[in-house]
Amino acid sequence: MAAQESEVPATTPGIEAVAAVARRLLPEAGVITDRARLRTYECDGLAHYRVTPALVVVPEDAAQLAAVVRACAEHLVPYVARGSGTGLSGGALPHAEGVLIVTSRMRAITAMRPEDQRAVVEPGVINLDVTRAATPYGYYYAPDPSSQQICSIGGNVAENSGGAHCLKYGFTTNHVVGADFVTADGDTVALGGAAPDSPGYDLLGAVVGSEGTLGIVTSTTVRLVRLPEEVRTILVGFESTDQAGAATSAIISAGIVPAAIEMMDALAIEAAEAAVHCNYPDGAGAVLVIELDGASVEVEQEYAEVERLCAENGAFEQRLATDPVDRALIWKGRKSAFAAVGRISPDYIVQDGVIPRTALPQVLKAIADLSSSSGVRVANVFHAGDGNLHPLVLFDDAVEGAGEAAEKVSGAILDLCIEHGGSITGEHGVGMDKAKYMPRMYTDDDLDTMQMVRCAFDPDNISNPGKVFPTPRLCGEVPGRHKGAHPAQEAGLAEVF
Amino acid sequence: MSTGTLDRTAREAIASACADVHDPQPADHVDGVVPGLVARPADTAQVAEVLRAATAHGLSVVPRGRGTKMTWGTPPAGADVLLDVSALDQVLDHAAGDLIVATQAGARLRDVQDVVGRGGQRLVLDETVPGTSIGGLLATNTSGPRRVATGTARDLLIGITLVRADGVVAKAGGRVVKNVAGYDLGKLLIGSAGTLGVITDATFRLHPVPAAHRWVHAPCDDPAQAQRLAQAVVHGQAVPSAVEVGWAHGHGTVSVLLEGREDGVAGRTAMVRALLGETSTDADDAPGGGSTYPWELGATGDDRATALKLTFVLSGLADVLAAAGETGVALRGSAGAGVAYAAVPAGTPVEAVAATLARLREVCTRHGGSTVVVDAPAGVKAGVDVWGPIPALDLMRRVKDQFDPDHRLAPGRFVGGI
Ligand SMILES: Cc1cc2nc3c(=O)[nH]c(=O)nc-3n(C[C@H](O)[C@H](O)[C@H](O)COP(=O)(O)OP(=O)(O)OC[C@H]3O[C@@H](n4cnc5c(N)ncnc54)[C@H](O)[C@@H]3O)c2cc1C
Ligand SMILES: Cc1cc2nc3c(=O)[nH]c(=O)nc-3n(C[C@H](O)[C@H](O)[C@H](O)COP(=O)(O)OP(=O)(O)OC[C@H]3O[C@@H](n4cnc5c(N)ncnc54)[C@H](O)[C@@H]3O)c2cc1C
Repeated sequence: MAAQESEVPATTPGIEAVAAVARRLLPEAGVITDRARLRTYECDGLAHYRVTPALVVVPEDAAQLAAVVRACAEHLVPYVARGSGTGLSGGALPHAEGVLIVTSRMRAITAMRPEDQRAVVEPGVINLDVTRAATPYGYYYAPDPSSQQICSIGGNVAENSGGAHCLKYGFTTNHVVGADFVTADGDTVALGGAAPDSPGYDLLGAVVGSEGTLGIVTSTTVRLVRLPEEVRTILVGFESTDQAGAATSAIISAGIVPAAIEMMDALAIEAAEAAVHCNYPDGAGAVLVIELDGASVEVEQEYAEVERLCAENGAFEQRLATDPVDRALIWKGRKSAFAAVGRISPDYIVQDGVIPRTALPQVLKAIADLSSSSGVRVANVFHAGDGNLHPLVLFDDAVEGAGEAAEKVSGAILDLCIEHGGSITGEHGVGMDKAKYMPRMYTDDDLDTMQMVRCAFDPDNISNPGKVFPTPRLCGEVPGRHKGAHPAQEAGLAEVF
Repeated sequence: MSTGTLDRTAREAIASACADVHDPQPADHVDGVVPGLVARPADTAQVAEVLRAATAHGLSVVPRGRGTKMTWGTPPAGADVLLDVSALDQVLDHAAGDLIVATQAGARLRDVQDVVGRGGQRLVLDETVPGTSIGGLLATNTSGPRRVATGTARDLLIGITLVRADGVVAKAGGRVVKNVAGYDLGKLLIGSAGTLGVITDATFRLHPVPAAHRWVHAPCDDPAQAQRLAQAVVHGQAVPSAVEVGWAHGHGTVSVLLEGREDGVAGRTAMVRALLGETSTDADDAPGGGSTYPWELGATGDDRATALKLTFVLSGLADVLAAAGETGVALRGSAGAGVAYAAVPAGTPVEAVAATLARLREVCTRHGGSTVVVDAPAGVKAGVDVWGPIPALDLMRRVKDQFDPDHRLAPGRFVGGI
């Protein structure tokens, strides 16, 4: 014990006090101060930022977690929540002088209530485990990030994660109805509830997607969705992304809202093929993975229409998955695309931007131009239905300047998204990585207004500081506001209510 | 009760911020509170100027969309300026290919539906109060039967422009369905009753108009049966757009809306009729003549019923219906979402209203929900706990203090005196 204690950097005021509280309340394994072990937490899924935390705690329950936060508040020690650490924007990047609070031991599904279409889960519960637990009752948890086998519900809530099916079913924010939440003071409050429309401000709506900057979620009540009567997954091959894009537009214009429409271009197909042998159509310049779900009669009709629209827009091959094995293989190609790119390029940046769907052809063309003029290869994998692009910018770090060139192309793609009325992130979050881009999308006044929310929740700026916003303001000060009582009030002419 | 006295300098300041100002008429009274002045700005910039002028002169401001839900919530503690956004009535952009619409806050929901309807699309929000404006709908968070399929305004709103109490204009979200950059301020503004900021425009995601629709109605005369029927439908495969229940004098109806393609709707109608049993019927029309609330919308003053909103988890339906029966209130709402509305008749003594409210609140709370008084005559509002217990109230107050530190926006309208 004594040896471990000496590992805590002496320069970090307050950290020792927090460590002492943690040691008193948590089992020994749940308090990590050993340098070597601290370093295993130095990054999340975005490995090029690395910071060793001063202290890691792994609480077993909400009470322990709240006590640690309370100690942090008392000593003004910054803290960062971490779920599974799969985030791709550096959201769970530790603070060098702070505490990393890891939820991986809080993994209980505390209630499964299909009759209410609700489940209550701890923050460390793995996304897919909610669906696994609900399936025997005929239900599932709809938000399905590609990382669903490993990412946590707490991380999903913080990132407002989405997946292939959010075109039809929405994001985490549409599926979380209540939460127990530990504020930056260490108090525990209930946000929302099991029933809809809790009276008062929708604080839960503000917390979802706040990337751990407002506080920590210790329990979540999620909505369960009925498993559909029928699901059809179709793999469609096109010669070009233009054709695939036109088919996507035609499907949406026909009034069909598929459960998912995903697109991959030639380079992404090549990568997936090399990695998982998913047997996508030979020579395709683009594929669409389209999934239809719902009542059988309707799915049948929509399928016929989708097939026709794809053919009209140049599809040269259409394959309907006839059994779960086929279906899984089609999805495997898509879902492993990120990792697969490692097979064709030693290094790559996964970009995440959004454009209005109708801008797809123009933006894809502009990306292709960027790629050819810079010599940086870009593979495109994306949620075509809702315009969420995931360009994979490939490079070889061993080549002098290649990393910088890739960074540049990657940033230029975000500018393209903003230019077309889109967003700098559709699902990976702002985190550490994109804080600098926020002013390109929002004005100072917009950002200042968002900061008011943070000041209400976390006036001392200790909950995941330095993330999302490039320059947090001091919470006591609001620019341009008069101070003190108004003269009319002082003269007794008016009252401030 | 405050009456409209505004000193000359304050009046001039508002008039110079906004060309269209007038003295309040009876129709401008806010739940019995007489405003000092009515300002009807022409655009977001003027809304901002009015709010800046109000800040400079320490004036309270109550926003108004198109008017009747002005008695919802608690009466404002002051209304120096009634900020009427009805001139901001334009539907700004219908991007059909992207399934989105951007509209000004004073536009009527019906006008938005007309515009997007021409492109075969709709904003899936029911018009629960005729003539409702987009801003008023957002600020009161109304929802109707179709919430079972696509949720409420909070699920469809993707971008918002708001003017803060200090007159600063800010936006959040944007024009794409997928956007996780920054905090979701739109969610905070929804249901905030004008206390956090004035909404001047909003962008929503749209859905295609279904080719066909059909209602299936089944009568039932005991609460347990109503719950069984509702559960059979929500756990079935009919993909309902609405699962409604109406209940009065110990019996009622469960109604299911099916929307989609012709053949699909026909097939699912048969499926639901089989689930609901031999006494079920199907029709084109919504139950109760299509009105969502079991109270009279046009009633004013003490002729108003006490309007309640009840929420509960789905398995609580039978108990909620039983409690409604015991207390003698008529109830209508979404059995498939766990939201219902009840009306205590006008003229009921305050003590009796309080007893009914307590009983319903107890049962809803036990089933994970709440009961709030949406609207009621002044005497009732003063004599009952309008909102009931509010968890996280302290945090809500801190949000209010940040956005409106002087508490000048719709003061006293909301939970905990916010
Ligand atoms: C291969 C791969 C594919 C991916 N695909 C998708 C995808 O399709 N869609 C998508 O949206 N994302 C995707 N992601 C990103 C990532 O998986 C998600 O953002 C996920 O939600 C992160 O969960 P996590 O548990 O790993 O969180 P972490 O990375 O541990 O943390 C993420 C953020 O959440 C905060 N946080 C964690 N727990 C809590 C809590 N209990 N309370 C408050 N804040 C908390 C952290 O502080 C941090 O800011 C992918 C990632 C990978 C590696
Ligand atoms: C007796 C009577 C009968 C009527 N009958 C009919 C009829 O039959 N048909 C018809 O079409 N109309 C009718 N109307 C008018 C119609 O009902 C109203 O225009 C409409 O309901 C007003 O709703 P609203 O959504 O605009 O909200 P409001 O009632 O204007 O506002 C509701 C709440 O939202 C807040 N708010 C409003 N706008 C904003 C904003 N932009 N930002 C922030 N907060 C805001 C307000 O402060 C208030 O708290 C009637 C009105 C009356 C008085």
